[in-house]
Amino acid sequence: MSDIVTKLDNTEEPLLRLEDLSIDYRIRNGYLSAVSDVNFTMNRGEIVALVGESGCGKSTIAFTIMRLLMDGNEKIGGKILFKGEDLNKIPVRDMEKMRGKHIGMIFQNPLDSLNPVYRTGSQVEEAILLDGLSHKEAWERVINLYKDVRIPDAEKRVNSYPHELSGGMRQRVMIAMMLSRTPELLIADEPTTALDVTIEAQILQILKDLKTQYNTAILMITHNFGLVAEVADRIAVMYAGNIVEQGNVFDVFAAPSHPYTRLLMRALPRKTKHEGRLETIDGNVPRITEKKPGCRFANRCPLAKEICFTENPPVLTVSHDHTFSCHFAEEASKL
Amino acid sequence: MSNANVNAPVPAIEISGLKKYFPLTSGAFNAKKGSVKAVDDINLTINKGEIIGLAGESGSGKTTLARVILNLTPATGGQVLMNGQDISKLHGRELKAVRRSIATVFQDPASNLNPRLNVLSSIMRPMILHGVPKAEAVEKAQEAMKLVKMDERYLYSYPHQLSGGQLQRIAIARALVLRPDIMVLDEPTSALDISVQAQILNLLLDLQEQFGLTYLVITHDLNVLRYISDRIAVMYLGKLMEFGPTETISSNPLHPYTRGLMAASPILDPTLRSQKKELMGGETGSLINLPKGCRFAARCPHATDRCREELPKDYHVDALHQVSCFMYDK
Repeated sequence: MSDIVTKLDNTEEPLLRLEDLSIDYRIRNGYLSAVSDVNFTMNRGEIVALVGESGCGKSTIAFTIMRLLMDGNEKIGGKILFKGEDLNKIPVRDMEKMRGKHIGMIFQNPLDSLNPVYRTGSQVEEAILLDGLSHKEAWERVINLYKDVRIPDAEKRVNSYPHELSGGMRQRVMIAMMLSRTPELLIADEPTTALDVTIEAQILQILKDLKTQYNTAILMITHNFGLVAEVADRIAVMYAGNIVEQGNVFDVFAAPSHPYTRLLMRALPRKTKHEGRLETIDGNVPRITEKKPGCRFANRCPLAKEICFTENPPVLTVSHDHTFSCHFAEEASKL
Repeated sequence: MSNANVNAPVPAIEISGLKKYFPLTSGAFNAKKGSVKAVDDINLTINKGEIIGLAGESGSGKTTLARVILNLTPATGGQVLMNGQDISKLHGRELKAVRRSIATVFQDPASNLNPRLNVLSSIMRPMILHGVPKAEAVEKAQEAMKLVKMDERYLYSYPHQLSGGQLQRIAIARALVLRPDIMVLDEPTSALDISVQAQILNLLLDLQEQFGLTYLVITHDLNVLRYISDRIAVMYLGKLMEFGPTETISSNPLHPYTRGLMAASPILDPTLRSQKKELMGGETGSLINLPKGCRFAARCPHATDRCREELPKDYHVDALHQVSCFMYDK
């Protein structure tokens, strides 16, 4: 397992493939099913948005891919195939090499990820030095990276401490740090939630450019459908640990097919109050401690019949790149 | 969109020349170095039964403006008339009476309620402070729970037992118990999920119609503003940039800043993503070193020498629409 890079160079395989991924957290008396039966693929250079409301398991998936769930209180089933290699099986040392070099991650609050007592440039340089460059080369590369993420006055800003930068600039530093080693996959967990819309738009533009420039695939974890509509190529909608619908972003927005997606899209404030009230979804997300067959949305679904509570819904195909899971596809299309 | 109260507007809040400067001091003797002009010379009239949306980036002074309106912090200059009365000049009983007519709901419902008090006590607190007898207060609390469509049994719950949406409903119930006519809502849905946000927005609109309330809604989410407001006011670095009817502001914004803000706001439709234009560069400037001229000049694609030298006034393009930009100085 020493020569991981050559072994992974299999371009036939999609960049990331989650196969029947299940993640359970151990709780006081049993397990809480956070993610269940997730099947999902991502190709190189693709921006995929994993969308859902709080508690749906989207961040759990991101942390599991990076193997950052560390307290041993979780049970992971299924496969996380990154270029054909199961990340859940490889030794910890290989996983350490994977992080940063092959898979990068940025978080919601960049201040949590930056060390307050070092200059931001040095922190970015640290990542580059891992690749065995000299200090002079590395520093030059840092300045270029700062320019890539459009930090004005890059030559001066590399000497700034985190507290001297605004939220948008700090997030750029994080992106620069991730880019420094040109990972094939960048996981962005709510990267713009803490930022103003104008800054958010700038960060999104940078991410889009990076995708074009470096062919980086970006897995964007978000609850914001606006972001998805702006940048994603594909979307996967999560509900209570399941992916209920996924596909090409244009198809899913044009023809949302799962009852949850359909209702959620109508809950978005896309109109004015004069055009009527927003759609709401009654009830609450269930806490699933006991795995049994059935659709997890059934208790809130206006179409639910008995079968929804007893049998897993089939995966239905709308078009070649658009699927959803539901027992009542026809009724759902009229919902 | 015609609206009964637009035809015969009665002002609920009249703000004229309102200023709030925070002093900047340094050294052991607090020598005055200058001031942070968080709210600078704002003129704005909110009519009865109207929903005004206040938009702007962080640090634009939205929340400070709300705090000054509520008289939670004294204004440096200018005045706020609440139903015709200048609240900064009121004292004692009169001030209390006006305070009763204004209610607030803040962003984070969890930090809004005392974790050690049950919901009933939290809802009763403002009534007790305003001298409502206890038995009546309990009754009113039960009524308020009905208004926000929550079961009465939640009156005996504690905040940590409730979800974000439920907590926000309780914050609204508490705001309603004294039957205010004006409500200031500071980011009422920012902490909520989409489906819960929709429930809260619907509830706020129902209550507004039922009681003819006047709302001042502060949020950075332009989609929410567009949905809920009758008129939108846009702030930038303490100044009002543009103020006008929602339809006009969203379909034909005039101020370059409003245009930039609209262009930056995600449109919730992937087929429109290529239509982007005028993406604003730069970041919100600092309130400490304010430029001499227009606050937005440094980021404005249309800035001229005049913009950098002179401060634009509020120019009226029509009776309801004002813009603070020299392009509309005619």
